[in-house]
This record gives sequence, structure tokens and C-alpha cells, in this order.
Amino acid sequence: MKKFLAQAYIWLLLIILYAPIVIIAIFSFTEAKVLGNWTGFSLRLYGNLLSGGVSSALVRAIFNTLSIGILAAIFSTILGSIAAIGIFNMKGRARKAITLLNDVPMLNPDIITGVSLFILFVAVGVTQGYITVVLAHVAFCTPYVVLSVMPKLRQMNPNTYEAALDLGATPGQALRKVIIPQIRPGMVSGFILAFTLSIDDFAVTLFTKGNQGLDTLSTYIYADARKGGLTPELRPLMTIIFLVVLLLLIVINLRSAKGKPKKIQRI
Amino acid sequence: MAGTEEIIRIEHLTKRYDGKTVLDDFNLNIRKGEFVTFLGPSGCGKTTTLRLIAGFITPDEGRILLEGKDIATVPPYERPLNTVFQRYALFPHLDVYDNSAFGLKLQKMPTDEIDRKVRKVLKMVAMTDYEDRDVESLSGGQQQRVAIARAIVNEPKVLLLDEPLAALDRKMREDMQLELKEMHQKLGITFIYVTHDQEEALTLSDTVVVMREGRIQQIGTPRDIYNEPVNSFVADFIGESNILNGTMIRDKRVSFIGHEFDCVDKGFGENVPVDVVVRPEDIYISRKTEGEQFYGKVTSCIFKGVVYEMLVQTDEGYELEIQDYNAFEAGSSVGMHVHANDIQVMKKERVCNTFEGEVVSADRVSFLGEEWEIAPTSLEPGTKVKVEVPFGGVDLQDNREDGTIEGEVYFILYKGDRYHLTIKTSEDYFLYVDTQDIWDKGDLVGVKIDPKDIKIVKDED
Repeated sequence: MKKFLAQAYIWLLLIILYAPIVIIAIFSFTEAKVLGNWTGFSLRLYGNLLSGGVSSALVRAIFNTLSIGILAAIFSTILGSIAAIGIFNMKGRARKAITLLNDVPMLNPDIITGVSLFILFVAVGVTQGYITVVLAHVAFCTPYVVLSVMPKLRQMNPNTYEAALDLGATPGQALRKVIIPQIRPGMVSGFILAFTLSIDDFAVTLFTKGNQGLDTLSTYIYADARKGGLTPELRPLMTIIFLVVLLLLIVINLRSAKGKPKKIQRI
Repeated sequence: MAGTEEIIRIEHLTKRYDGKTVLDDFNLNIRKGEFVTFLGPSGCGKTTTLRLIAGFITPDEGRILLEGKDIATVPPYERPLNTVFQRYALFPHLDVYDNSAFGLKLQKMPTDEIDRKVRKVLKMVAMTDYEDRDVESLSGGQQQRVAIARAIVNEPKVLLLDEPLAALDRKMREDMQLELKEMHQKLGITFIYVTHDQEEALTLSDTVVVMREGRIQQIGTPRDIYNEPVNSFVADFIGESNILNGTMIRDKRVSFIGHEFDCVDKGFGENVPVDVVVRPEDIYISRKTEGEQFYGKVTSCIFKGVVYEMLVQTDEGYELEIQDYNAFEAGSSVGMHVHANDIQVMKKERVCNTFEGEVVSADRVSFLGEEWEIAPTSLEPGTKVKVEVPFGGVDLQDNREDGTIEGEVYFILYKGDRYHLTIKTSEDYFLYVDTQDIWDKGDLVGVKIDPKDIKIVKDED
């Protein structure tokens, strides 16, 4: 009985978590304009989406979302990794202070980050658009990269850097050939984290996208929903994005699971 | 095997961290091909010295001359030296071969030459079959071999080894010691070795540098260091020893444990307090009750593999450690004698505590960073004074709060009838105490001094 209750609890949780996505996925296979009406099975919405039968604004929004995500992830990974190495090599109080300063933006509500960046951009007089959105995303993603690189630095034998210098590597060579290879897993997970955070973001983007008509997926959908109902093609789009993310997750998990037995085999 | 040609000359090397001197005026000449060991307890400055030579840190004062050129400020990657680290510090993302080839690849050496050298050196450390292995899959001993290979493949002028065997188990350590010694002979490279293990130092080295608290205590061959320690610290640190308070009566005549002995030392003056060292194996023990130099009762007898280690309480009340091939069971009465040339006489480093202080009021004086009550003085407040406290005048308290100041038992020396402790105060001053009580190293204590034991003398300077 106890076991049954435990099982039931887990299933209830999973249903609550996944029901909205499953509903979207189910209704992506019908043509009805309004979500919730089932007018028979059809792949037309998928067809529209793939053949470009949707507004070019949506296509642009998808492109913006992905390109901003990639750019933000690249820049924040570089900045965050360098910052992590710097912080790691600091001593005592300075290190604690900087670590705290790094944590604050992560706990800060998005809306505050968004508004303050908006005010900053206005104050320095930058025209807001694609570049300001990328900058804003880099700003809030970087602390997460620092957070995911830091444990890898801590795991590192502190003498390996000195060993590299000792063997004739300049500090730059030691960084490239010894430090970065050792913290790479942290950098990769930081990159993925930054990418997903960027795609996911709504509040910060809304405040920094300016009024030149730039939209990412999240701001596009928001605007679209306010105009009166969601475009039906968003349903297959959501489904595809969900599946892609799921696939990515499975690949990452498989990779990290495979990494371990490989070492055991070599012993 | 070490030639006469000098390879490294270290002059007045000094290093401070946050105002604390961790290495103080270190001077040393190292000959080409020599095996030099820096030996001392943790915190003695041996690793700091090695890191200064390697270039990971820069000195505050002094020079390090390599073949006549000062390299004290040259970055580590431009020094023709290589290091074997204590925890190996292998590159976990590279296999055994690539770890070993790391230095040569940086030198942009042709691939076939790298290949030849790496294979040769891996053969030398017996790791030929492990080329493609992930370094993290290797045992500690194997990792250490790779670490050595990675360093010597570059043919450094000097190889620096920072406690390379400390993480290995005893058997493995002894095997590796022999291999290191062999390797040193074969390569002809100068080795500078850091260890806290005196046995290792004596086994491996041509020259041992004994260090303590950032200062060199003694430089010499293993035999010199063992047979003729310059002070009680070295005597205690190297091997087992009986360290006793004595008095030099005149040249070649010394008294300790209540008897007078002939010895070979001279030049101390007459009736001068000295430290006397007698190694446990140098006390001859017999069942005779007459015709010996002194007598006593065995209090314990333990078999140590080859010899028996016995503790003997002499009739005069001194406890001595004795090693002999024959067992004298506990409780038996024994006679003992010591040969003149087995008695090592050393100058005492100090005969009482001396501190710099200042009179605060008629009955208070400040020293060791605190104010102390004293017998009334006529000196004016503000007068700079020299404060003397005899070793027996310092009172140690179990309860830290009960003392005027707090300290930690830093070093313990048994002197046959009492313990001579070094106390490091919470403000990093050192204080020396004679006591009958048993304390452990690292014990936290409160320090009290009876006002009548504090002697103050006006500072003339």
C-alpha cells in the first residue's frame, strides 16, 4: 500500500509537470484555430511551419532566439571562464567578496535586471536592439558559467599549473594546454546552461530589445497572444523545440554516463 | 661522484609572508652532480627554498646563482630546472606518453627525436608498457615514475624533488629510494631533494641540509650529521638519541647524569653548561655491578627487529634509551659505560629565556605582547629592559584561560630527567620551558610566570 501511494505520488507529479506540454503536442496534430478543439488528425500545421507558411516575423523571431542564444553562450563562456580562473586565484577575503558579488545577479529577479539594464542603455544613449539584447544576455549568463567552472578548478591539482610552467610553458601556454583541458567539462555545461537561459529569457529581453521591431520567440509569442489567441503553428513549433531539448538532454546524459565506464575499462 | 665544479650558489636568500620570515638568510653552495637534501619538520622552510629555486615564488632578498648567473627573478619556464611534485601533478587529460613528452613538445623538437627520448626515459623508469594509459588509472608508484620521467626527459641541469615519496607506502618508498639513487648515479644530474624523513635523507644524500624555522641548522654529509650534530635539535631530529644537560668541566672532560666522563671535545671553556648527545647504540650495557661507569635498572625492553630497545633508570634518576643485540629484561640491574668518542658535546643555544620588554609601572612590565606582574622595581615606567626567565620558571596550565598568554607546544625534547619544551605563543613568540609534566606536541596551554622568576635588567643600548 505504501509502495502504491509512493508510485501514485510520483505519477501525479509527472502528470502535473508534463500535462501542459503533452496537451500542446497532442493539439499540434489537428487544424483547429483554437486550442482545445479537436477537428481530426492532421499534419497541416507541421507542413505550414516547415514550408514557410507562417509569418516571416515568426521565422525571424526563431532565428533571433537561436543566434542570440549562441552568441550570448559563447561570450559568457569566455568571460565566465576567465573570471572563474581569476577568482579562483584570489586570496581570502577578496575571493569571498567577489564570489558573493557573482551570486547576487543570479538571485536578482529578472525584472530588476531587465529594468536596470534598460536604464543603463538609455543613460549611455545606446540604440537598443539586437546588440543590447546580446549584451544583456551575456550579463546575466556569465555568473552561471563562473558557477559551473569553479568546481572544476577546485578539483584540479593546484600544482599542475606550476608543473606546466616548470616544463617550459609560458603562462599562456599553460592556460591553453593544461588549465582549459581540465576545466572544459565545466565550460561545456556552462555554455549549455547559458544557451538555455538565453532562449528561455523573457523579462530581460523585453526591456532591452528596444522599439526597432526586434523580437525573440518569447517576446513574439507574448505579443501574439495579446493580439488575440495564439497562432496555431506555435503548437507544432513548441512540440519540436521540446523534443529537440529532450534529445539534447538525453545525449548529454548518455555522454556523461559513457565517460565513466570508459575509464574503468582502461584499467 | 659529485665533482668540485659549483652549479648553484645561494646567497642570503630570504622570504617573508605577511611580515613573517619563513626563510632567513639561507646560504648554500651545490656542486655539479651532488645529491643535496633539505631536511626538517613541516614549516621549516625547506619547500619554500625549493620553490624559490624552481621560480614559483620570488625571494625578498638574496640571489640564486645558477652557473654564475642570478636566476632569482627569471620565470620558471626559462629556468633549466625541472621539478617532481609531491602529489605528482600529472596532467590528467594526457596519457603517460603525452605527459612525458610535454616539455619536449614545447621546445618544438622534431617528433622522431621526442619519440626516441620519451621511449628511452619511460624505459628507464620501467613504464614502457604503459604509454597509452590514462594517468589517473595508474597506482601512486606508477604515477610517481611518470612524474620523474616527465621531468628528466628534458635533461635539466638540476632536478628538484619535493617530498616525492611521501605519498607512497613504506615498501614502495624504500624501493623507489634505491631507484632514485641509481637514477642519480646514471644521469649525473644534480638532485635537490626535500623531505621530512631523516632516514630517507641519510640514505639518499651526499649532503644533508637540516633546517628549522627558516634557518639552516647544519650542513654536512649524512655521517657528519648523524655523528656530530651541532645542536640538540639536529640530534633529536636525526635518529634516536639521548640528549642531556651537562657541564663541560675542562677540555676533554664533561659531566652529565651525575658522573664525569672523558670526551674528545674541547674549546668550550671551563664549567660551561652544554648539551650532551649519546646515541642509544653507543651505550654499552652489561650485567656487571662493578667496574662500569654508572649503574641502573631496566624499566622496559622491546624487541625492534634487529636490536632490543631498552629504557634504563640510572641510580641517579636519569632515564636513558639504550639499544643492544642482547635483551636485558625489565627489572634487571645493569651497569653501563660510554666511550669518549661516542659522546657528542654541543654548545647550548640558550640557558634561559630572554625577551625585550618595557617597564609599565613599579610592578608591571610588558613583554611577549602582554603585561606581567613582577617584583617591585625602581626603574621608571617606559624604560626598555631585557627580561630573563629561567626555563624552570615558566608555569604551563592545562586551561588556556588560566594563563597570562596562550601558546601551543611546538617542540619537545626529553633530557633524561625532564622535558624541554618549546612553546609558540599565539603571537608567534617562542618560549622555552623545563618541566616534569608530560605534554603532547600541539597541546594548547596557558602560560603563567611567577613574578619572582621574572628578572629584569635595564637595556644598555
